[in-house]
Parts: sequence; C-alpha cells; structure tokens
Amino acid sequence: MDFSFPPEYELFRRVVREFAQKEVAPLAEEIDREERVPWETIKKAAKIGLMGVPFPQEYGGAGGGEIGYCILMEELNKVCASTATVIGAHTGIGAMAFYLDGTEEQKRKYLVPCAKGEYIAAFALTEANAGSDAAAIQTRAVRDGDYFILNGSKIWITNGDIADVLTVFAVTDPALGARGGVTAFIVETAWPGFRVGTKEEKMGIRGSSTAELFFDDMRIPKENVIGQFGAGFLTALKTLDVGRLSLGAGCLGGATACLEMSLDFAKNRYQFGAPIAQKQAIQWMIADMATEIEALRSMVYRGAWMLDTQGLTREFSTISAMVKLYGSEVLDRAVDKCVQIHGGMGYMKKFPVERAYRDARITRIFEGTNEVQRLVIATNLFRKVGVRIR
Amino acid sequence: MRIVVCIKQVPDTTEVKLDPRTGTLIREGVPSIINPEDKNAIEEALKLREAGQAEEVVIISMGPPQADAALREALAMGADRAILLSDRAFAGSDTWATANALGLAIKHLGAYDLILCGRQAIDGDTAQVGPQLAEYLNIPQITYVRELELIDGRVRAKRSLEDGYEEIEAPLPALLTITNQANTPRYPHAAGIFRAYREQTVEVWGAKEVNADENQVGLKGSPTQVKRSFAPEPKGAGEMLSGTDKDKVTALVQRLRSKNLI
Repeated sequence: MDFSFPPEYELFRRVVREFAQKEVAPLAEEIDREERVPWETIKKAAKIGLMGVPFPQEYGGAGGGEIGYCILMEELNKVCASTATVIGAHTGIGAMAFYLDGTEEQKRKYLVPCAKGEYIAAFALTEANAGSDAAAIQTRAVRDGDYFILNGSKIWITNGDIADVLTVFAVTDPALGARGGVTAFIVETAWPGFRVGTKEEKMGIRGSSTAELFFDDMRIPKENVIGQFGAGFLTALKTLDVGRLSLGAGCLGGATACLEMSLDFAKNRYQFGAPIAQKQAIQWMIADMATEIEALRSMVYRGAWMLDTQGLTREFSTISAMVKLYGSEVLDRAVDKCVQIHGGMGYMKKFPVERAYRDARITRIFEGTNEVQRLVIATNLFRKVGVRIR
Repeated sequence: MRIVVCIKQVPDTTEVKLDPRTGTLIREGVPSIINPEDKNAIEEALKLREAGQAEEVVIISMGPPQADAALREALAMGADRAILLSDRAFAGSDTWATANALGLAIKHLGAYDLILCGRQAIDGDTAQVGPQLAEYLNIPQITYVRELELIDGRVRAKRSLEDGYEEIEAPLPALLTITNQANTPRYPHAAGIFRAYREQTVEVWGAKEVNADENQVGLKGSPTQVKRSFAPEPKGAGEMLSGTDKDKVTALVQRLRSKNLI
C-alpha cells in the first residue's frame, strides 16, 4: 500500500498551485463582484493544457487522469470557486459525456478542441420540471431522416451562454421513459434554433455563468447522438458519477483554504492580550476542520485512484456519491467555522471569507443534491442485500 | 544550433531555515525547485528554438539523484534532452569543481554553440559557476544578460549594470548568464509534465562517463572549504520614528549625533 503521489503529480500540483496563486487568485474578488467569466484566465489555462486535464493526450488532453483532474479542482478551488466551476462544467461534465460514450469521430471532432480549450463545453440536463428527477425531462428530439429535430428548454446550465458545444439530453421515446427513451446529443450552439434566455444572478460562484437555453426546431445530424440511441440516461448517470468525485475534490480545496485562512487569522488576531489561537474554543474548531479535511482527502484520492485503475464500477458510483455528499458537508462546516473564527472580519466583503461562504453553499445542491446522493448510496447498498429501492 | 543550459536544483529558500545550533540547513519538508534564474535561462533557450534559431536545447545539471525532478520539469517546459551528472565522486564540489564537472560533461556531449546559465543560485548566491565554466571551456562569456540576440554566428547581449547596461557582442560558442529581467519563464504544459515522466528519459552520467579525474571534481577538486555556517544573531526590535517628515528627520539626526555617528 502506498499513499504517496507519483512525482509527476507532485510537479503538476506545484505548477497548478503557482498558476492558481499568480493567475487565478488576483481576479477572484473582481469576477465575483462583476459577475463575469474570467476569459483571460481561461485562455491562459488553455495555453498550458488545463482545460482537458483528465483526457488522454491522443485527444488533446493532458493525460492526467482523474487523479490529475482532482488535483486541478482542489488547487483552483483553494483560490476561486468561480474559475474552478467554469473549468469544471466544461471538462468534468460537458466534455466528459462524449469522452465516456462518444464515438471515435465525435472525439476527434469535439473532444480534441474541448481538451485544448478551443471550444467551451456545457452539460444540459436540468429543466424547469426535471432536476433531481432527471428522468422527467421534456425536451423532445424527433427523428427526421438523417436528422433529429430538437425542441425544448433547459435551465441553470453552467457555461450555457458561453459554450460552443453542449451535451443535451432529450426524450426520443416518451413511452419508454428514462430507460430507453432518453438520448444524449452533441449540439453546437452556432446552429440555427439555439437561443440563450435568462442569465441567473446567483448567491455564489458569480464569476461562472448560469443560463437558460432554448432549442427551437434545431436540426441535429444523427451522427451527433452520444452512445446508444435511447441510452442517454445512462450517459448522464455515468458522467455525473465521474463529475461528483471532482466536485468533492473542489470541496477539499475550498475547505483547505478555510483551514489555512483560519490558522493564519487565529495566529495574528489578539484578544485579551493573546492570539485567539490560545483559546480552546478556537482550537477545537481548527482540530475538527483539519480532521474532516484529512478524511475527505483520503476519500477523494482513493476514489480517483479507483476510477483511473478500475474504470467506472458500481463501487465507484457509491464512492463518488459519498465523496460529493461528504465533501460538500465538510466544506459547509469548514466555511461556517472559518466565518466564526474570523468574527466580523468574516462577514465583510473586503475579505475572501465572505465570498467563500457564499460560494460553498451550491456544493450541497448542484450535480445531484445531497439528498439524492444519500438515495444513490442507500440504493446501491440495499441492492447488495437484495432490496430494490423504488 | 545546439544550446546547452546548465541548471541547479535548490531548496525553495523562501521556505528554508537554518538550525540555530548546528548552522546547517533544515531541508526537511522544504520543496526543491529549479533555481529561479536558471528557469530564465531555459526560457531564453526555448524562445531561440521556437524562433527557429536553434534546433536542440540540452539541459545539464549536477546533483544528487533527486535532481531528476528539476530535469523533468525542464523537459516539461519543452527542453529536448536532459542530462543528470550524478556520482559520489562529485559530492562536496565547490563552484570550481562544479564548473570542472559541467565542462567535462559538455565536452563529452560534443558540439555546442551557446551555453546559458542562470546568473546565480538562490542558495549560494555566488554567481561563479557560469564564469568559471566559460574559463574552463576557454570561450567568451557575457554575464548579467537581460536581452540577447543571435546574428550571423555571433551573439549580441545587453549586460545589466547597476544603473544601465552594456551592449556586448561575442563570437559563438559563448557562455551567457541570464538574469530574471530577461523574460518570464513559462509554466510547463500539463501534457508536458506527464510526458516528461512517462515517455522521456533523463540520462545519468557519472564521473567515468565524462572521464573526470577525481582530483578535479568533488571535495578533492574544491579549493574552497566551508569552515562554519551560522545564522546571524537575531536583532532586537527596531524603533519606528513617527510624526511628520521633519519630526522624523530631526529625531533621527539627534540619535545619530548622540551615538557620535555624525
């Protein structure tokens, strides 16, 4: 058993950390305040291969696998959850769908430019009446010769308005429902029939964009079906299984930053003639944060190692749901303690703690609420003992 | 054209402390990095290759086996070839012995047109190895370079001075030491990092490969010896003068007078 990172990952982490500190952190406050996507950072990230870290080099990726991708998400989230979200929605779910289930031609045509950061990708599943109940989607795709005609709308799509390509899920056979009746498509946003609706104003991750998308009689060539016709729901589940793990890695980064800020503040903040680090009340909060972070770190990288060495297994699906669930709740507790340790300083916009608090809240909600994660975990556990959860 | 870049792996001195009792570096837990100005030298070499003015960038470093990491990073930045000079016989080398070993390795490598070194290393701050290496190889040297260009088999460089620069031209082959004013080193490409470890190799050369005479390298070949290293005694807290500029100057002059310094 060996828990150390191979040297290439050590170097990769050092480079990403330097990039995060020098290129990403200086813009974090501004893009949050101005609600703008940091294009200048995205361009720099693309130039050094950070838009396709998990994908193989033959498809324009870095060849860093899930371990490398988790390192990226961890380090970026230490300094800017918005920038991490833009890159995460692009790499971790948008392009991940056609990396996992796409044909060789689709990978050449779409994955390569996505991995190089020439295209931005997004993952369009959620609808007004279909969130956690992903099977309830109403966007329809109807066959017309060599094309499908796409009609419907999606909401809350991260990168939706800035994407060049979308992974879109649509009903192709209402009678069959989720299993067999949903198909995944690669859609180019330059095609006629695409329209961006409302751009949401959010509590946190404000430097990432979240948009409503409309498809009006959009013609999709049939070669843009991802995976098996009718098996789109499986593609969605597989993609989300992978995405959840890196989301947990992001939470690890966010929580680690909270711990580091708290240690630094407790060391320098004097009350009653001594640094507040001398107070047991502060020490216990720090100890609890650090302990949970260590547990999360082990979970994240064991999960990444499982995916890189064994592929997408049922066991991995359970672990990734646990990592998302536990990670977002560890972050939630860490960021809450961080604000408490900082006191009034943690509540003021001029310090990054306030932003971290707002940014953290979404992690318990998106890519499957934590309630859905508990359902996934319990369903997988009961399946093993012969109980089917309905 | 072949460019050789000599680099050194150093502890990240922003994180290094001395053990106050033994006077030695506490290296535990301190990350090792490519010496910052050596990265400027690598960047300069890569820029020349990308401009079509050189075909090959070869990196050489002398150090313990762990220096492999520095050479991999240089490969990840885009260097073509990496050579690690590593042998017990090289241990304890001062700048002179280091320059001898690097010189032997460069002779062993064969033809070269330009040698670039960082101005100086952040752990020793001597700025000697580059110039000594040029002397060893008997080629022209230009130190403290902030800008360079290659014109018709010659190199023209701006050499930084305290308050300006000199423009110096030399025939090739020549050795230049590069300052951090020359450029901003690139980040290694992510794919380059994984390739450097999975597909590329770092050649390891020992004393035998480069035909080193053991009296020329290592501790035996080093004319300088470290007698003692120590951390300076910590000074007491300073006194900050406050008030208007005039108040502060008056107070300062008073203090200097009272100590008979002026």
